[in-house]
Amino acid sequence: MTDHVSSAWTVTTRTRGTSVAIALIAVVIVAGFATPFFAPRAVIQDLFFILTMLVLAQCWNLLAGYAGLVSVGQQAFVGFGAYAMFAAVSLLGMDPLLAIVIGGLAALVLSVPTAFFVFRLQGAYFAIGTWVIAEVVRLSLAQWKALGGGTGTSLPSGATRDMPGVRLVADLLHVRGPQATDIVCYWLALVLAIVTIGLIYRLLRSKQGLGLAAVRDNREAARSLGVDPLWTKSFVYLVAALVTGLTGALIYVQKARISPDAAFSVPDWTAYVIFIVVIGGIGTIEGPIVGVIVFYILQNLLADYGSLYLLFLGLLGILIMLFAPRGLWGVFASRSGIQLFPIRRMLAARTDTKND
Amino acid sequence: MPILVLDQLSKSFGALKVADQISFALDEGEALGVIGPNGAGKSTLFNLITGNFRVDSGHIQFDGRDVTRQPPMARCLAGIGRTFQIPQPFEKLTVFENLLVAASFGSNRSEREVGDRCADILVETGLYPKANQLAGSLGLLQRKRLELARALATDPKLLLLDEIAGGLTEGECQELVETIRAIHRRGVSIIWVEHVLNALTSVVGRLVVLHFGRLIGIGDPATIMASREVREIYLGIEV
Ligand SMILES: Nc1ncnc2c1ncn2[C@@H]1O[C@H](COP(=O)(O)OP(=O)(O)O)[C@@H](O)[C@H]1O
Ligand SMILES: [Mg+2]
Repeated sequence: MTDHVSSAWTVTTRTRGTSVAIALIAVVIVAGFATPFFAPRAVIQDLFFILTMLVLAQCWNLLAGYAGLVSVGQQAFVGFGAYAMFAAVSLLGMDPLLAIVIGGLAALVLSVPTAFFVFRLQGAYFAIGTWVIAEVVRLSLAQWKALGGGTGTSLPSGATRDMPGVRLVADLLHVRGPQATDIVCYWLALVLAIVTIGLIYRLLRSKQGLGLAAVRDNREAARSLGVDPLWTKSFVYLVAALVTGLTGALIYVQKARISPDAAFSVPDWTAYVIFIVVIGGIGTIEGPIVGVIVFYILQNLLADYGSLYLLFLGLLGILIMLFAPRGLWGVFASRSGIQLFPIRRMLAARTDTKND
Repeated sequence: MPILVLDQLSKSFGALKVADQISFALDEGEALGVIGPNGAGKSTLFNLITGNFRVDSGHIQFDGRDVTRQPPMARCLAGIGRTFQIPQPFEKLTVFENLLVAASFGSNRSEREVGDRCADILVETGLYPKANQLAGSLGLLQRKRLELARALATDPKLLLLDEIAGGLTEGECQELVETIRAIHRRGVSIIWVEHVLNALTSVVGRLVVLHFGRLIGIGDPATIMASREVREIYLGIEV
């Protein structure tokens, strides 16, 4: 060995199935964009629901599963984003697409002062703090008479029909206005889901992702090794608020009707979301994807049972937490070794090292 | 020139004084040993130097700057690396990833830049065969090695070692001493808390003795071990 090789090591996150996973993801994305060309309106609406719940679940998973921030107040950002969108459209006459961005930014702005408040709290107090904030925001917005106060209001008629792209979709697919609106919303939800998952995956594979995992595993050690826990947590909290706000605004563009009780609903935007993450597998990107599919199936099977259905979801969630704490995907992944979004950095000695 | 200056450090937990006006200085490139019975305040002293505990009073100067009020991550970036007496691994990360965290954050570099160095440290500390295993799956001795490896990965100017030789066989202990000597030769200043005296004295040039939070002796090992006070307090309890 006379030559000094520049690097004798390789670091990779690729696993055996990576090429297959990439192909699979590509097929799903293409199929997702193509669906409106052949599927009926009801399917598009259901897929819109699934995708928006998936984005909310990815955000909650980022908070709880990676940053250890167990929030039960994410409905604050769903509702605030939705109301900001409504205000921009109804009061300022803004285009709904642009107003969705306003909704996301409004949620981001709201998250800054709330971060100052809740980050002073630990564990269960943090969770309660997030809920209190959501209630305060809900009660405040219920006072806003211009947006219907406690009973709520609807988007001005025609607002969503005039959105960019809606007319084009209507002409192209030979569908009527409302259905075209649903299709545009669906495509937006699909883009939002892809971008969200893509960004989270990038974050987890970055240095900041390692820092998050370190803080989650052992805060004191992480601090001693140069990681700033407050910075990593704040960053995740703000990003989750932004994306949750965008999602809330998008959901209410499609619904076109809002009320404080619906927009700040604890079951809809937090309990279901937690269920999705827990049942699918917390702390993985795949978990919420599996979870949202299971949740959708259960909801369709059991929708007629009213409150019994909620009871059943709760029980199932608890059983999973007790007997399979890593969720359905966790069980599957540990049995099969398959990962769709690998993040482990594997070290190997370079085999092509030249030694003469 | 001193790299570390401790000036009248004091710390109490309630009525218990665990650091009582401790002052000493460590020269750049020096290796210093710390001994004292269990509960004497050795680990506490480390926690004060690293910022994991806040001092009640006194000042800490490192590398020419007052770091008394700085949080642990800033002190790590300034060049203070430490091991924990009770290992604190990131259990759900692999051994290699544990080092990546320490190297990239602790020396403020990108992951790409530090990969090779982490791999080399794994080889040096004998952890390379475990590189891709979860740190949570390691036994106690390997966890202690990981503590050392992780501290090294931060590229420290001053390395604080807290009882990393306990429980090793004669041969393993000899290996560890060689590793620490090699680190010292590279110019890293070291403070080493250890009960295994012959291992300690084969590396360090001076010893500090702590007893109930007070510094009761400092100097070259032979003189310290010969002093009556130290023999009564320290050896009387330990042997
Ligand atoms: N976080 C803490 N809170 C309260 N007491 C502590 C804490 N850490 C250490 N102590 C006490 O301080 C004393 C010194 O502990 P320590 O520094 O760990 O001793 P040593 O490392 O010399 O064995 C012990 O009596 C211990 O119980
Ligand atoms: Mg100790």
